[in-house]
Amino acid sequence: MDSFPVRMARRQWLATLRHLGVYMTSISVGVGALVALHSFRDDVVRSIQTENRTLLGADVRIGANRALPDSVTAIVDSLVASGSDAARVTGLVSMALADATGRTRLVQLRGVEPGFPYYGRVTTDPPGLWGALAQGFALVDPALMAQLGIGTGDTLRLGSAGFEVAGTVAGLPTDVGLQAATGPRVFVAQERLAETGLLGTGSLSQHNTYVRLPEGADPDDIEEAHEEVLRAARVSFRTPDEHARSLTRSTDFLADYLGLIGLAALLLGGIGVGSAVNVYVRANFTSIAVLRCVGATRRQVFATYLLQSVWMGLLGSVLGVVAGLVVQRFLPLLVRDVLPVEVASSISPGSVVFGLVLGTWVAFIFALLPLLDVRRVSPLQTLRVVAEGRRRGDRARVWAVAALGATVLTLTLFEAPSPRAGVAFAGALAAMTGLLWLVALGLTRGTIRFFPRRVGYTIRQGVANLFRPGNQTVAVTLALGFGVLVVGVIGQLQRNLVRELSLEGGDSAANMLLFDIQPDQEAAVVALLGEYAVGAPEVAPMVTARLDAVNGRRVTAILADSLDDDRPERWTLRREYRNTYRAEMKESEALVAGEWWGGGGARPDGEGAQRDGLPRVSMEEELAGDLRVGVGDEVTWLVAGTEVPTVVSNLRSVDWAGFDTNFFVVFEPGVLEEMPRTSIVLASVPGDDDRARFQEALVRAHPNVTVLDLVTIRATIEAILSRVVAAIRMLAAICTAAGLIVMAGSIASTRAQRRREGALLRTLGARFAQIRRILLSEYVALGTLAGLAGTVLSLGAGWLLTARLFGMDYRPALGFAALTWLAVVGLTVLTGLVSGRAGGGGTPLQVLRAAGD
Amino acid sequence: MIEARGLTRTFRSGGRPLEVLKGVELEIASGEFVAVAGPSGSGKTTLLGLLAGLDRPTAGRVIVDGQDLDALTEDERARFRVNRIGFVFQTFHLLPTLTALENVLVPLELAGKGAGGPAHSPREARARASVLLDRVGLGDRAHHYPVQLSGGERQRVALARAFANRPRILFADEPTGNLDRETGARVAQLIEQLNRDADTTLVLVTHDAELAGRADRILRLEQGRIVRDGRRPADGSGS
Repeated sequence: MDSFPVRMARRQWLATLRHLGVYMTSISVGVGALVALHSFRDDVVRSIQTENRTLLGADVRIGANRALPDSVTAIVDSLVASGSDAARVTGLVSMALADATGRTRLVQLRGVEPGFPYYGRVTTDPPGLWGALAQGFALVDPALMAQLGIGTGDTLRLGSAGFEVAGTVAGLPTDVGLQAATGPRVFVAQERLAETGLLGTGSLSQHNTYVRLPEGADPDDIEEAHEEVLRAARVSFRTPDEHARSLTRSTDFLADYLGLIGLAALLLGGIGVGSAVNVYVRANFTSIAVLRCVGATRRQVFATYLLQSVWMGLLGSVLGVVAGLVVQRFLPLLVRDVLPVEVASSISPGSVVFGLVLGTWVAFIFALLPLLDVRRVSPLQTLRVVAEGRRRGDRARVWAVAALGATVLTLTLFEAPSPRAGVAFAGALAAMTGLLWLVALGLTRGTIRFFPRRVGYTIRQGVANLFRPGNQTVAVTLALGFGVLVVGVIGQLQRNLVRELSLEGGDSAANMLLFDIQPDQEAAVVALLGEYAVGAPEVAPMVTARLDAVNGRRVTAILADSLDDDRPERWTLRREYRNTYRAEMKESEALVAGEWWGGGGARPDGEGAQRDGLPRVSMEEELAGDLRVGVGDEVTWLVAGTEVPTVVSNLRSVDWAGFDTNFFVVFEPGVLEEMPRTSIVLASVPGDDDRARFQEALVRAHPNVTVLDLVTIRATIEAILSRVVAAIRMLAAICTAAGLIVMAGSIASTRAQRRREGALLRTLGARFAQIRRILLSEYVALGTLAGLAGTVLSLGAGWLLTARLFGMDYRPALGFAALTWLAVVGLTVLTGLVSGRAGGGGTPLQVLRAAGD
Repeated sequence: MIEARGLTRTFRSGGRPLEVLKGVELEIASGEFVAVAGPSGSGKTTLLGLLAGLDRPTAGRVIVDGQDLDALTEDERARFRVNRIGFVFQTFHLLPTLTALENVLVPLELAGKGAGGPAHSPREARARASVLLDRVGLGDRAHHYPVQLSGGERQRVALARAFANRPRILFADEPTGNLDRETGARVAQLIEQLNRDADTTLVLVTHDAELAGRADRILRLEQGRIVRDGRRPADGSGS
């Protein structure tokens, strides 16, 4: 190969670094984010894999949301007989009442048998207390102590039993991530669980049996040997490997989405590179013409500048990789709370190579378009100013654009969790970039046309600077605006979600949901509510049932048939249904197909309820879709061991968003009345004190009744939301940083021009203060434009997401938008002044002389 | 050596055609020193660009060294220039990112493999570049960047670069236009000397009467036409 371009590029590398260096760091931000994410994901996957038995707590976990059937306990017994150990852990949701303070709290109660966990260590405070469970004590989450205002030695009332709190559980290896966020945990001995009386009908419970196998036994073999029994019993059978995979899946999922934001930052950097190379090439037109004049071919000149750009891209990527590896070290500290394991950082060679190749390639592909202009520089330019040639019909340009598009699509497909998400993201990215471009273009054009001519000279000059020949205003507006857009959308979304959660205003809105109320307690609970609640509480009966058959086919048979492509979704077959019965439809419901049972009244005689000899049910439309049934289909339920065949008489749509008693399946009256049932009650108890007093009174009188306090739930959801948002916001900040770097680069690349202009102005008699004001106006104008473009689009995107996607009321958070805008203007001015500062030195004469060549 | 036949160049200016050169006929012999003079806008620079193959005529032909330039592609003309043509510009046009020595090296390296000229090894190329800088009196400034050199020094580096490949023809566009009188005179002297040593054909555009006075022949352009073609008396008595 011709060595001329290589030599030229090598000789000029320092000069290239001076001109393109800052810009290339915009690549670094994206590369750094991606390298950090990929390496971190590798770390998490590896850590989970090596700890998989500790995370499961055993070699096998068999679980169901009811007591394990005899067929399955028989398997466990046989395993124990052949040398395995087994321990049961039963989890249920219950109210806890502190005797000392009278405070109540919904908790996750766990009844634990000795031996669990078989792997890993439970840390308690004071230490070594895990064994105290067997002596009848309770151990609780530290948070619960604070919430109930109790300490060690106090008594906790759970159902009808009291437990002395021995201490707190600081760490349980099997409880990972956000699990603890759904409610504080209380651990007691399995054998004392019965005393609470909470294992009755209707309560939400999870029954797990943990098994430790003898050395060398393979859990998969056991699963295979008992496959039929396990499937028939509809229990879950989990091995450490499966457990690790499912844990990694959520991390993968998160990493994929965060990866997309990292990718967006990288592509933003790409725009920066394109913009920088554009300025660089333009500044070098004369040099290019000279080279052509003294006999360099177009190919040689093109190759020279291409090499320089790629070299800068590589440099930027190296910087990014280093930054990414540093961030990787600190990520575990940041997200420790939501990680299942202690993560040990180690350098992942794959991620490093990936970062280098990706960064260099993105720099290359984005530099290509402006570099193509190099070929059009005429040697005649050494003698005179040559008007720019036409660009139409340039085949290389078409190819370059195609390669750029292909790169973006390939990368999004690679980073996205699914091809569909990838295409959607690429499409959204293209649409947003296009829109942003249009808005930026429109705003800049508008500024040129409509900027008032009366304002002072310095401001006018500053604004005019944005449109100097070879300006990068649109590119910078795009890059900065993109950052603003991402930050803005997240802000709009979060604010609307939080508002939606806390809306439901007025004292009469329901804010307490009581469930597990036994038929004989119903009257007393309603009476108690009468003392505290506003308005009449809404009572709904609830009967638990399982699905037995659909159109005559047994659920077990459907589940076993793996060939049926149109099989109902598994969740619809396996779940435990909590059904109700009533005569009327509710306001939050709408009929979609079929007819509601006529007359509107109940027919207690039961006769009227018959049609085709079968009782009628109403099904929620999405459930019906997943279950593959429609109006007229036969569905058989198993209620307390009794088969209840029914026919689907109508489909309903349900607005689940409200805090209301809605059900998937509603029976017509006259069918379930005699079945074992519980009730749920929805009520409104205004005032924090009243709510606390009511809960205490309720739990003392009816300890088995569970209360969902909407206020507490909201707080929990907001806490989870804010954690997720914090992670996303960090990446949004990265996008903004990338945008600022693009801008800093753009200002740095026009520094020479600025110096010349400054020198000229000083020669003409301008004072430093005036020149500073000119610059200040320029940056303020730039920040305003970019902020406006991004903010306008973020309000639009916010509406699209909240109103269209989530179906909520959209109220633009204008205060937040204004604040973001102001912040961007501030950051722009700061970045501009800092990156332009180095150009201020020298007397006018020096600057003007240096400009001569 | 250089032959121009019916050379016409039209630009579009403000939507209207503007004829800058109007059918110029010209022959320049090998080794001749020709000065092109004329008022601004008379077409001097356009003529120079066309003769050097930097631009294509609207009509007419340029034949250099027996080669019809119009028959060559852009890149073929670049190759052609490497080995046969040197340039000196009014604004010097050194590559600001390269040192003086590296600037002189550029044509030597371009003449290397594939360009059909005398290939230099990197070492030979550097040696020749150093010799050239010595000859223009800048041997001690080889590693300075253009910004560190004065105008006269820059033009001397440009001269060294122009003569690097021993071109048959040197085109110069106002080579002394940006220099003070004394420095300009030194540069002019240097051009003449290099021309004599290498027997190069010299075509230069100038306003500088003193420099023009050194030429064998003065072409005067006005409104796109040669209005006078004056030869100096053969006795060489000078101005």
